[in-house]
Amino acid sequence: MNVLSDNFSLFAKGLWGTVQLTLLAGALSLVVGVIIAGFRVSPVKALRAFGTAWVTVLRNTPLTLLFFAVLLGLPRFGVVLPFRVFAVLALGAYTSAFICEAVRAGINTVPLGQGEAARSLGMTFTQTLSLVVLPQAARSVISPIGSTLIALAKNSAIAGSFSVTELLGTYKPLNELGYSIVWTFVWIAVGYLIVTLTISAVFNLLERKLGVAR
Amino acid sequence: MSGSSALYDIPGPKALARHRLYAWITTAVLAALVGLIVWKLVDTGQFAAVKWRPFEYEGIQRLLLRGLGNTLKAFGWAAALSLVFGAVFAAGRLSDHRVVRWFSTLVVEFFRAMPLLVMIFFIFIALKLEPMTALVIGLTLYNGSVLAEVFRSGVNAVPRGQGEAAFALGMRKTQVMAQVLVPQAARAMLPAIVSQLVVALKDTSLGYLITYEEFLYAGKLIATNLDYDLPFIPVVMVIAPIYIGMCMLLSWFANWLAGRERRSPKVKDTPVTVDTPQEI
Repeated sequence: MNVLSDNFSLFAKGLWGTVQLTLLAGALSLVVGVIIAGFRVSPVKALRAFGTAWVTVLRNTPLTLLFFAVLLGLPRFGVVLPFRVFAVLALGAYTSAFICEAVRAGINTVPLGQGEAARSLGMTFTQTLSLVVLPQAARSVISPIGSTLIALAKNSAIAGSFSVTELLGTYKPLNELGYSIVWTFVWIAVGYLIVTLTISAVFNLLERKLGVAR
Repeated sequence: MSGSSALYDIPGPKALARHRLYAWITTAVLAALVGLIVWKLVDTGQFAAVKWRPFEYEGIQRLLLRGLGNTLKAFGWAAALSLVFGAVFAAGRLSDHRVVRWFSTLVVEFFRAMPLLVMIFFIFIALKLEPMTALVIGLTLYNGSVLAEVFRSGVNAVPRGQGEAAFALGMRKTQVMAQVLVPQAARAMLPAIVSQLVVALKDTSLGYLITYEEFLYAGKLIATNLDYDLPFIPVVMVIAPIYIGMCMLLSWFANWLAGRERRSPKVKDTPVTVDTPQEI
């Protein structure tokens, strides 16, 4: 029972690691995901093909394989970065494919008249997308993006097995110190619930403030 | 896609020339990137014979095949068991008895909220089960819970009139479910079910982290062998296409099912649209 009070700093460090991974990879995946979604609806065929390939490949890659390739493969390749950076890159790239699909679905919910009106005002593709369509799409993709980010927080547990400090990894030192393994996992579970419930609360708030039903 | 998009005009001669320029730039950048990667591969000696020699040995090939077999075995068990788990708990969530409903909701929501890896580690380390059992149970609990939600929303998505008509004919609830609602829901749910099985297939690779001897683990055994000069990149180059190919095949099957469902004349009058979020 006193696993938590004895090792509070260890748990706190792990939780902070998970939060950091989630925030950094989440930011990366949002930026990349929106750009790739832009590629996928663009008039240039080469960009569309690239976007489709990016999404198809990453959506069908097991995340563990991606971690294996990035964290253990890339260093052999002469690319040496801290494991934490590698983990953010792998998680961010993987999640960006799902963000891209959510954003693309959102773009499709914006009425055709909006894009047509923007074009008839003489706006270019980039202007139409960034000034007219995406702001309206953003309102309808809040909840899918929220659930994607929750999945990201849960997936960040994999990083712990590749020696990045995060919540799940804290079980190891505690197990060696002889603490009750069941209670350790209970507190780890509570930690993950704190992270996922926070994300879900934030996105519910956003949904209430900004969301529109189409 | 082209021409019908509301986002841009049908390009005229000038725009076409501009688009062609963008296409060339994109292609050039991508080609440069690929070139850089290939050059790096050659430069760091990834194509050296010593790193590829292991794949010629029969023992290594058998090791890889056994790994692939173990991956498929775990996937088969997990898929079958999570379908059963999902059916049971979907029935529980649709039950008329409050206690059953609450219990099922609690179970489904809990296992959906927990990271799969935490569950697998818990089963493996705290309950001290075999890696394969731990992996299959973890996958079943998570994917089964997601499938329960898929099943439930599928049954709820059948137009209300169908169930009401069946009740009006004097059918009991079990009959209404089994003979009217579930058959109609099943058609609409099939793509979502297959998509979830793709997730299960991808997640079998988590077995690598609990030393289950699956495909990625077999790859790691080869990659960490000093005799072959640590062939990490060759191993990834062999394993990744097979993994990604299997998942793509299953995803493509899900898309094909969804397309067939949309075109089917049988569902034209009473379309059942299941709206479940894609899980990762």
